[in-house]
Amino acid sequence: MAAPALKILTANHLRSGEVLYWKFGGWVESLAEAEIFTDEAAAEAALAQAQISVSANRVVTPYLFEVRQNNGAVHPIKEREIIRSLGPSIRPDTGKQSVPELNNV
Amino acid sequence: MYRYDEFDAQFVAERVAQFGHQVERRLSGALTEDQFKPLRLMNGLYLQLHAYMLRVAIPYGTLAGRQLRKLAHIARKYDRGFGHFTTRTNIQFNWIKLVDVPAILAELAEVEMHCIQTSGNCIRNVTADPFAGATAEEIEDPRPLAEIIRQWSSLHPEFVFLARKFKIALGASPHDRAALLYHDLAVEIVRNAEGRIGYKVLAGGGMGRTPYIAQVMSQFVEREDILAYLEAVLRVYNQDSRRDNIHKQRIKILVNAIGVDEMRARIAREFEEIRRTGTLQLPPEELARIAAYFAPPAFEELADEMPSADAHFENWKKSNVHPHRAPGYAIATISLKAIGQIPGDASADQMEALADLMDEFGLSEIRVSHEQNLVLPHVRQRDLPAIFARLAALDLATPNAGLITDIIACPGLDYCDLANARSIPVAQSIARRFADLERQHDIGELKLKISGCINACGHHHAGHIGILGVDKKGVEFYQLLLGGSGAEDAAIGQIMGPGFGAHEIADAVERVVNLYLKERGPGERFLDTYRRVGMEPFKNVAYQEQMNAAYNG
Repeated sequence: MAAPALKILTANHLRSGEVLYWKFGGWVESLAEAEIFTDEAAAEAALAQAQISVSANRVVTPYLFEVRQNNGAVHPIKEREIIRSLGPSIRPDTGKQSVPELNNV
Repeated sequence: MYRYDEFDAQFVAERVAQFGHQVERRLSGALTEDQFKPLRLMNGLYLQLHAYMLRVAIPYGTLAGRQLRKLAHIARKYDRGFGHFTTRTNIQFNWIKLVDVPAILAELAEVEMHCIQTSGNCIRNVTADPFAGATAEEIEDPRPLAEIIRQWSSLHPEFVFLARKFKIALGASPHDRAALLYHDLAVEIVRNAEGRIGYKVLAGGGMGRTPYIAQVMSQFVEREDILAYLEAVLRVYNQDSRRDNIHKQRIKILVNAIGVDEMRARIAREFEEIRRTGTLQLPPEELARIAAYFAPPAFEELADEMPSADAHFENWKKSNVHPHRAPGYAIATISLKAIGQIPGDASADQMEALADLMDEFGLSEIRVSHEQNLVLPHVRQRDLPAIFARLAALDLATPNAGLITDIIACPGLDYCDLANARSIPVAQSIARRFADLERQHDIGELKLKISGCINACGHHHAGHIGILGVDKKGVEFYQLLLGGSGAEDAAIGQIMGPGFGAHEIADAVERVVNLYLKERGPGERFLDTYRRVGMEPFKNVAYQEQMNAAYNG
């Protein structure tokens, strides 16, 4: 039987548009710090809880996406989420990849 | 160029204030995201992958130096120091904060710019031939009518809630440099058998999921009737288009569903009705008043004496300098496609330096082309070497206009929320592959266009070689299309077959180009050879590596 998919909850900050990740009831900017959900029920519960942040006008469009873990590091499965977590692949001087403390590589 | 009158200034100021309030209400929670989204889109504000993206309208692609300087300032103050010129001749800023947008709009209004109707289901920014007013080919400058259409279509009460977006382009030359036939509606300035100037109107063109070439709705509309005719087209579209299926909402679907004859008949009926009321006649004095804003600069009396200089300048002259209507003048294309750079991107420093250059050489305006380049429309030929040297220092003198490395590419998955695959890295790898200038000139005119999704912002259907990025189970793949054209010989590119991996696509393009070089007849462009020999031989070489791998594997 395949291992259950690992998931992370993400959204964008309303005021700035910055990509955010869910971490135990709050939001962080770095994928590496994000809470990883190992079971579907916990992921869905966090998504429901994130609606409070939506109602409080803190974030927009929260959703879950799949990741895998390799040697302790977390990697999104889809290219889209890899790029969101880092910044444009063609401009390493921009996005999270350009901020050492947010660098998710 | 056009200057705002009191009405325009007040109109834009009111919109800036209105959107400022809407942003405040969104931040306070008085508006939900669902309520706010259509409002922000009508003001060109998207939420993309990394941040908000603000799309600023550049009507018919014409910018004054002070406007370019302001765009540089916005890039520096509110963004990350650069902007991206698009195939709709707009500029996009990729790193905008929602809280800054009211201030940005106020700054844009200072130089008579705005973001109104650069998104949403409305009439979008009107585009025109970037050589307008400068080329000897044209019947007359299409921009006065483009400006009139801009005014007519800005918050037109009947057309702010269309089924889908609606794009209009204008041209007046036998050479189509504005992709007219790929527009929802296109107006071509023509002369009839009696020598009278009027307008040929086409509709139903478009790219996206279901590409179509526009069809003629009227061969000749009289000058004073053009707004009535356009209103008739829009009214038929607005009334009869499907709103139940997002893939069937563009006018191209309507035209092809009911047939061109029925579409013409419906427009003609509506046109007669509007004309009967007499409320949309375009007064000649109003056309003349607007046209006066677009009067060409006072050209000096000069002889045609194209200067010569070193090989770098000669190469640039060969591809980037074009004939002008006035003796002693030239049109110069500024390539935003330096090899390995991001197509269409310009830094704040480059934009500011270009504005300085315009001041220094007495150039009152610069154009944005749908091919994501800039154009200096009225350059004294004798100034070309000095301008070339200045552009070269700014990395803006790449001699590749119209060549294989002059690639159109949408932002793709590096920025865009809708994209399925990246476009820019593919453009960069192909440009590097064909960087050798001698080889580029040997290949000749070859339009290569890349989109990161089926929405086709990178015009892949219209590329002599088109590339469409697709997502196959989370992995980027690229379909190759051949035989498209966005020019007067418009055609829709045909998909070759299964997609190529990101690491394979540049090789496949190279094999296709090499076959062209082998097979071409005298004077044949890539497109001509493709049209003569068809897809099969190109397909055979493009998939050669995959077939070899399968055979050897």
